Amino acid sequence: MIELESVGRRFEGAGSVAALQGVDLVIRDGDYLAVTGPSGAGKSTMLNILGLLDRPSEGRYLFDGIDTDRLGERERTGLRGTAIGFVFQSFHLLAERTVLDNVLLAFLYGGLPRRERLDRAHDALARVGLSKRASFLPPTLSGGERQRVAIARAVGTAPRVLLADEPTGNLDEGNSRAVLDLFDEFNAAGQTIVTITHDPAVAARARRRVRVREGRLTVVADAQASKGLALHPGLPVIPAAPVVADEGTPA
Amino acid sequence: MTAGRIRMGLLLGDLIGQALDGVGGKPVRLLIGLLGAAVGIGALVVTVGLGQTATGQLSSRFDSAAALHAEVAPTTASGSDGKERAQATLPVDSVSRVTSLAGVQAAALVTTLPDPAPSVRTADIHDPSQPPPASPPVMAADADLLGATGGVLGAGRFFDAGHEARHDRVAVLGAKAAAELGVGSLQSRPSVFIGDHAYTVIGILDSVTVQRPLLEAVIVPSTTARRDLGLRMPDTLVLQVAPGASAIVARQVPIALDSGDPGSFTVAAPPSGGLEGAVRHDLDLVFFAVALIILAAGALGVANVTMLSVTERRAEIGLRRALGTPRSLVAAQFVIESLIVGIIGGVIGAAAGVLVVVAVSSAQAWTPVLDVGVVVAAVGAGGVLGMLAGGFPALRAARVEPIEALRS
Ligand SMILES: Nc1ncnc2c1ncn2[C@@H]1O[C@H](COP(=O)(O)OP(=O)(O)OP(=O)(O)O)[C@@H](O)[C@H]1O
Ligand SMILES: [Mg+2]
Repeated sequence: MIELESVGRRFEGAGSVAALQGVDLVIRDGDYLAVTGPSGAGKSTMLNILGLLDRPSEGRYLFDGIDTDRLGERERTGLRGTAIGFVFQSFHLLAERTVLDNVLLAFLYGGLPRRERLDRAHDALARVGLSKRASFLPPTLSGGERQRVAIARAVGTAPRVLLADEPTGNLDEGNSRAVLDLFDEFNAAGQTIVTITHDPAVAARARRRVRVREGRLTVVADAQASKGLALHPGLPVIPAAPVVADEGTPA
Repeated sequence: MTAGRIRMGLLLGDLIGQALDGVGGKPVRLLIGLLGAAVGIGALVVTVGLGQTATGQLSSRFDSAAALHAEVAPTTASGSDGKERAQATLPVDSVSRVTSLAGVQAAALVTTLPDPAPSVRTADIHDPSQPPPASPPVMAADADLLGATGGVLGAGRFFDAGHEARHDRVAVLGAKAAAELGVGSLQSRPSVFIGDHAYTVIGILDSVTVQRPLLEAVIVPSTTARRDLGLRMPDTLVLQVAPGASAIVARQVPIALDSGDPGSFTVAAPPSGGLEGAVRHDLDLVFFAVALIILAAGALGVANVTMLSVTERRAEIGLRRALGTPRSLVAAQFVIESLIVGIIGGVIGAAAGVLVVVAVSSAQAWTPVLDVGVVVAAVGAGGVLGMLAGGFPALRAARVEPIEALRS
């Protein structure tokens, strides 16, 4: 289970930017959550915090009840490598490495023997339908194929949580549908999915939808809200609140 | 899964594979790195090799110089009272016994007249109010002394067989003794008093290769010394030996002196003095300092290239970190990368260094001297150089944050 408690993220630069403010969010195992919102709203900022790529400047982020701020770099790295799969907004594939090598990047430090890692990487490529592209270099692939390689790399280690930043942003309708079908499949198998999208059709595939605007989070649709699976402090109608913001107030 | 259960399975093979990929990825940069390591290690091998060759050259020069002379003395053994005692005495006719031997080019007996040493003074009137001047030692020698010791006269002549046969009272002054006695020129036919007898000074001895005490002494013919000064047992037989004949001379001379008991005489090369060691030490220091400087420059080259590689691959490093690669393994990858560059550069540098040593030596007509150990150590030093040079860039790489993967 993932919990954000009054999470804020402020970027200091020429001027101070409050990219996220007072975000409360609970994501249960097996959830499928879509995050929408205008450009620059703070969606990626939130996903990067969830993916342990960035740290909140205020509030707490609990992973399985553990305050991630208390984890050492080594443990955060371990969680990134095994529990979390991340699909980046741009694909972030290494152009000089083959498709297979790119997928293997995620396995290198999981402690598996090489044979096993190769098997799993091939499995992951098979699941995204790219077995025949294993020895290709990413620049020779189409946009949709590259995105599927990135997805194969993210899910190859069978992480419990898949975080995807605009996974269909660069894809045509056919490719988008293929990716979304994959996500449905993963989610049906028990994987927790959080995906950012600006496409209402993509968001509609998720069971829960939240919207980020100017750094603040609002719940749009919450199929399971009545079961107490999610909470937003701005929605007092939900009674079974598992999380109460007990520190920090939204700026 | 909790963080504590996360396995950190590190497979060295993967690390090396990645490092090799990294090394091979940019051939030009690899070449520059190899050049840095090779120049550093090559310089090390060349300087150490030329150092060894040069000192080998020096010592062979010194050895051959020393081997041109030999000293024969009675073997000593400690007696019951703990004092060293000569087991035999050199025969009075030692010179004629050994001059016919192959390899002996000159021979002379040299003896320091024992205590109480005879007093030596010049013919000048002695001023009784002044303390008597220190009296130089008197040494007795044979006519062939110049040849036997490599001696060179500064003035006059040495006594010859005629002087010896006639028991003439003639003396040759060692250069220092002459200065001490105030004898500058032989124009005025100076003489010195040894004991009660006046000796005509016929020559001044400027330098010798062996038997340096001669330069401080008043030298008189052995025959005269036996008659006037009570000379009994000769001290040392000094030989000039033909080049390369020292071994055979060392075997033959004791037999010629006493065929019944050759063990009672010891043949030794005279001490060559501290010069050789001092020269070698100085050279080693200079060569070592030069090698260290060039090595440091080479290490800097490798460090630069590795740094470039880190800077260029920040996004890739960030991506690896984002995908779960620990800092330590990121650092290890770059250390191994520069270790590989260092070792390969070391092999190239060592090979090139050996070639240079051989080429320079043959141009100088020297015998190249190079320990195999130096070559092996040089390759090892290349590895160490690579690892050290990779250390700082590796730390920089380890500090790349995963978020940097997103900024590209
Ligand atoms: N590293 C950073 N330094 C400074 N400001 C940043 C940084 N990252 C994000 N921001 C700012 O934070 C705000 C939110 O950015 P974010 O990338 O989260 O938006 P987004 O919702 O993902 O937008 P998009 O839909 O265009 O991807 C923006 O105003 C952005 O300029
Ligand atoms: Mg974004």
